[in-house]
Amino acid sequence: MSIEVLGISVLWLFLFGYVIVASIDFGAGFFNASTIITKKHHIVNTVIQRYLSPVWEITNVFLVFFFVGMIGFFPQTAYYFGTVLLIPISISIILLVLRGSYYAFSTYGTKGHFGYTLMYGVTGVLIPASLSTALIVSQGGFIVETASGRIDLDYMALLTSPFAWSIVALSLVSVLFISASFLAYYSSVAEDWDALKLFKKYTWIWSFPTMFTALGIIIEMKWHNPAHFEGLLALWWLFALSFACFVVSLWLLKTKRYGWSFIFVVLQFAIAFYAYGVSRYPYLLYPYLTIYDSFTNQTMAYALIIVFVLGLMLLIPSLYLVFKLFIMNKPYIKKGK
Amino acid sequence: MDSVEFSRYLTMLTLSVHVIFATLGVGVPIMITIAHWLGLKRNDEHYILLAKRWTRGYVITVAVGVVTGTAIALQLALLWPRFMEFAGQLVALPLFMETFAFFFEAIFLGIYLYTWDRFKNPWRHFYLLIPVVLGSGMSAFFITTVNAFMNTPQGFTLVDGVLTNIQPLVAMFNPATPTKVAHVLTSAYMTTAFVLASIAAYHLLKGNRHEYHRKALALTMKVALIFSIATALVGDLSGKFLAEYQPEKLAAAEWHFETEGEAPLVLYGVLTETNEVKYAIRIPYALSILVHSNPFGEVTGLNDIPEEYHPPLVIHYFFDIMVTIGIWLTVFSLFYWIALWRGWSVIKTKLFRILLVASGPLAMIAIEAGWWFTEVGRQPWIMRGFMSTAEGATDSPYVWAMFIAFAFLYMILLIGTVVVLTRMFKRNPVEKELEKLSDEQRSVAK
Repeated sequence: MSIEVLGISVLWLFLFGYVIVASIDFGAGFFNASTIITKKHHIVNTVIQRYLSPVWEITNVFLVFFFVGMIGFFPQTAYYFGTVLLIPISISIILLVLRGSYYAFSTYGTKGHFGYTLMYGVTGVLIPASLSTALIVSQGGFIVETASGRIDLDYMALLTSPFAWSIVALSLVSVLFISASFLAYYSSVAEDWDALKLFKKYTWIWSFPTMFTALGIIIEMKWHNPAHFEGLLALWWLFALSFACFVVSLWLLKTKRYGWSFIFVVLQFAIAFYAYGVSRYPYLLYPYLTIYDSFTNQTMAYALIIVFVLGLMLLIPSLYLVFKLFIMNKPYIKKGK
Repeated sequence: MDSVEFSRYLTMLTLSVHVIFATLGVGVPIMITIAHWLGLKRNDEHYILLAKRWTRGYVITVAVGVVTGTAIALQLALLWPRFMEFAGQLVALPLFMETFAFFFEAIFLGIYLYTWDRFKNPWRHFYLLIPVVLGSGMSAFFITTVNAFMNTPQGFTLVDGVLTNIQPLVAMFNPATPTKVAHVLTSAYMTTAFVLASIAAYHLLKGNRHEYHRKALALTMKVALIFSIATALVGDLSGKFLAEYQPEKLAAAEWHFETEGEAPLVLYGVLTETNEVKYAIRIPYALSILVHSNPFGEVTGLNDIPEEYHPPLVIHYFFDIMVTIGIWLTVFSLFYWIALWRGWSVIKTKLFRILLVASGPLAMIAIEAGWWFTEVGRQPWIMRGFMSTAEGATDSPYVWAMFIAFAFLYMILLIGTVVVLTRMFKRNPVEKELEKLSDEQRSVAK
């Protein structure tokens, strides 16, 4: 494996980590807000608060990690993505700031104001949509060069593209699917049967749309980027495997093995995520940047990988501790009642 | 105004907001650690409660620090894409390590916060603070090395626009790193101590005579004195560093135009259009002494530096604000400490308490002024000697709109923080919490 491939694999891992933890977080915020409107808030409130409070900060770090690593391994991406994505990513930042601060304000400060909770839910759906612009742009076709030689985002093309909207739709439904699946597991640990019933229902509701949108995107890719479409087809067996995990996770959900069901949901996304990543090889930003021409110097690459390994040796035990104390810990989760 | 100007102002805005919370983020864990340690050691519930209440407020400031930190991390690439493309090959290492340190801190802060009564042995809970203190200190260290690198870049060779011979560690440990890191850490500890002292003094000023607030004030003021002295010492070293590596910044800060020996230190004053200094206090020889530890040492003046590399002369005011507040706070805390030791009653007067309350905000102003001085003082460079600010900025035409959006956002954020923090502590005064604590202990004893 070349060091470039190793670099992008590491980053892909972080992005995947963010997708999972952020999905749980965003989805939880959404369910928290939507159940207020549907008058079922009292059922899910405890479970969500118990989970979110100690971990919400960690979620943010995954994003920064991915992003800093990206600039470290592939400094040229800073120029292209930085220039083009000023507006969409600024919108994401604003939403992230509002979300993070209002969460802290309402949780640690004044107890649960309705407006806060609503805002928390709304930002939870808007952030995945705005962040996915980075992914959409990286597929190529949305960057234009102006007469003065400047590069810019073609907003009209972006806003009118069914392909772009499909990716936004996929990010939304998969956020809700992942989150519901996790929260179903979490409520089963907490032995909170009402919450479990509700989250189980949500998992079913959001599972099939996830599959439809994902399939739709693969088909749309044929027109949007034929080369990438070929790449996806070549990896059909991985997507088939991902689909198999999806079926297994639903079967496990039906047979009340919620922990395993969630693990298979993660597997399903992991396989699809990596297959998608491999299929676009070697492009970071089609057709401007490949992982080879934008790679940083060798010295820095090795230094980053060494630090990465050392850092993981520190992080994995710490994350395990968090897991043990807050996620796998029955007395903690149940105490909220 | 063009995108370069707006990019500069937006960066300044984000960092000015972030630095408030970053400073507290670095400083408060140490204060919590000291209070928690004293509480366990002396078995004094006042100190334990102090640690608890500080932690509770700290969580709010950390949350805002995290989100503004995320904002600046992303904005660096959005507003300065050319610079990040170039510097990404040189300073990715400390940037990457900073996120690790931050991650580490975030994890353990979360655990500390939610495990107050989950350990049988209270010391085990206390030990969770060590990674929090280390993590916050390390992230300040790593990120400051990046800023130091922008001031004194090294660790690479530039041949016809191509980078060769890159040495990440040499880039990290550049000449500006030692003084910058030391100054950032000591001033953060100092500022935090004064901010917490302000809070305690505020309660005493309001007529609250509770033992808890007296203990808090005495403790924070002692810590504040120690770190004020340390900050002043490091500040002196920073001046010597500037004279050697960035003479243009020091000369601009001091309005020092002619290269000469026996250079005076210029305090305050105004500058006329023809660059004459009026109404200033001149301390003879002081600049030479500051720079060379020798009253006759020669100090480079601005006239010996090409005009296109002159930093804006306005930084003199920022420098004055920082140094004046620094000296005042050092003298002030020393006086407090002596008065406390000798039992002078002057520290219990209303006026003195007003001064105590003012010290926290003053220290924070000094932090802002210090950063503006150091950042504006390296104009026109974004990377001194290698890349000008204009070359590093984005050419996107929408920066002005983002500036307005973020200005509005930060306003909401700051107001929200103040409202939440005051509400949180007003609704839950110390007396009520202490009562609750002793009730709990009584029920345990039964």
